[in-house]
Amino acid sequence: MSAVSRAEVCVAACADLFADDGEVLASPMGLIPSLGARLARLTDAPDLLLSDGEATLLGPDGAPEGWLPFRQVFDVVASGRRHVVMGANQVDRYGNQNISCIGPHERPVRQLLGMRGAPGNTANHRTSYWVPRHSRRVLVEAVDVVSGVGHDRARAAGVRFHDVYRVVTNLAVFDFGTPDGAIRLRSVHPGVDVEEVVAQTGFPVRTDGVPASRTPSPTELELLRTVLDPDGRREKEVPSS
Amino acid sequence: MRDKRMSAAEVIAELADGMTVGIGGWGSRRKPMALVRAILASPLRDLTVVSYGGPDLGLLCAAGKVRRAVFGFVTLDTIPYDPHFSRARQDAAIAVRELDEGMLQCGLRAAAHRLPFLPIRAGLGSDVLTLDPALRTVRSPYDDGEELIAMPALPLDAALVHLNRADRHGNAQYLGPDPYFDDLFCLAARRRYVSCERIVPTAELTGAAPQTLLLNRMMVDGVVEEPGGAHPTSCVPDYGRDEAFQRHYAEAARDPAAWSSFADRFLAGGENTYRAAVEEWAV
Repeated sequence: MSAVSRAEVCVAACADLFADDGEVLASPMGLIPSLGARLARLTDAPDLLLSDGEATLLGPDGAPEGWLPFRQVFDVVASGRRHVVMGANQVDRYGNQNISCIGPHERPVRQLLGMRGAPGNTANHRTSYWVPRHSRRVLVEAVDVVSGVGHDRARAAGVRFHDVYRVVTNLAVFDFGTPDGAIRLRSVHPGVDVEEVVAQTGFPVRTDGVPASRTPSPTELELLRTVLDPDGRREKEVPSS
Repeated sequence: MRDKRMSAAEVIAELADGMTVGIGGWGSRRKPMALVRAILASPLRDLTVVSYGGPDLGLLCAAGKVRRAVFGFVTLDTIPYDPHFSRARQDAAIAVRELDEGMLQCGLRAAAHRLPFLPIRAGLGSDVLTLDPALRTVRSPYDDGEELIAMPALPLDAALVHLNRADRHGNAQYLGPDPYFDDLFCLAARRRYVSCERIVPTAELTGAAPQTLLLNRMMVDGVVEEPGGAHPTSCVPDYGRDEAFQRHYAEAARDPAAWSSFADRFLAGGENTYRAAVEEWAV
């Protein structure tokens, strides 16, 4: 089997997000998180539910197993039985996320998607983020607009079901397992210089004792390369060089 | 039973400057685009538009019809952002109330139920709350004492939605995978207008599974037959999104000169001209 690529490490890191979730709706946004969720369902998390991106729930074999239009997705959000992996134009050291706009909200320098479901997701259920291009422009000291709520804001507002879990990037994985919910470097992907992570991150990062991210098992690689992504679309989203 | 058939122009003539108009569909999916294009051709202005936004909001902003947008997002789905909407925001040409998408549903539901507000967790701790000084929280009167967002009702003066089929009385049917929130938009509105791909006898509607009948006639004041009325957004199973034309729209929208010729070619002559111009463009 050929060498493990960076994209494949990222997929495994995304799969690990769902390992303990049980029978919940996995809502991965973007290719790498989607591959991760589907890989998790074929390995450690067989009870996950996944949709086709429209209103149909698809089983592991790709056959429909249920109906989930947007109105029911909103009900699932409120029930808490969901783990979303959202993108982030900005994410800060407490896991606040911005997908609304860059610059002042009354007159943005750049309009983005809008709040979408980020406030509701982060108020109701486990939320992780995927950052395909780790840089100081994305991992910032403080976001311009809080769409998804981070640990500091959630604590101040008393958000009962807040659960911002991890941030997976093309360079590393972060979690929030600190006493005050500040972000913490959890692992650095194999082949990435830890100094590069520090240089590309807009907030201070502690690097001592941080392990390497795990590589996918032979079984996972086989599934990923032959079943889930035989065309190698993952390598275009996260080039290895 | 009343015959509620009318033309798109007659629908728009019942609207007035300054109204709050809800637009059904979701992103670039099953949007009542023929009705939106009829607004572009009218003198209407200063609208507050409530929408799970797609090219509907973009086009209305480009035509200077929007005073305020109430939205959770604006996207063309396969193209992340609508360039017209981005420009309207970046030029501060419109006022906005930016909400979590669940809050938008909650506000429509409160309006539909004639309630002043409904509680919801979405928004707590986020800038939805800090950016909107009119937004309040409410404390549970029960032992838990939890603080929640008091999402105010979003009553609509008018709702515009597009479905696959309808009868002339206003019973209307979706045949695609998702009803979106079109019923809720109608329930939250004083005047309710549905455009559809085809007006059919009632018996033709009721041959399909009954749960496809999303709107009943007490939720609808006007029915407009507009084949292709959701174009370029999707209206499955009648047609999917016209991705090539949507790309053409987005490219034109990025450049004022290109937009001017796009508008002359597609938007200046009414719906029949639009259809013919799209057909000619596609060749």
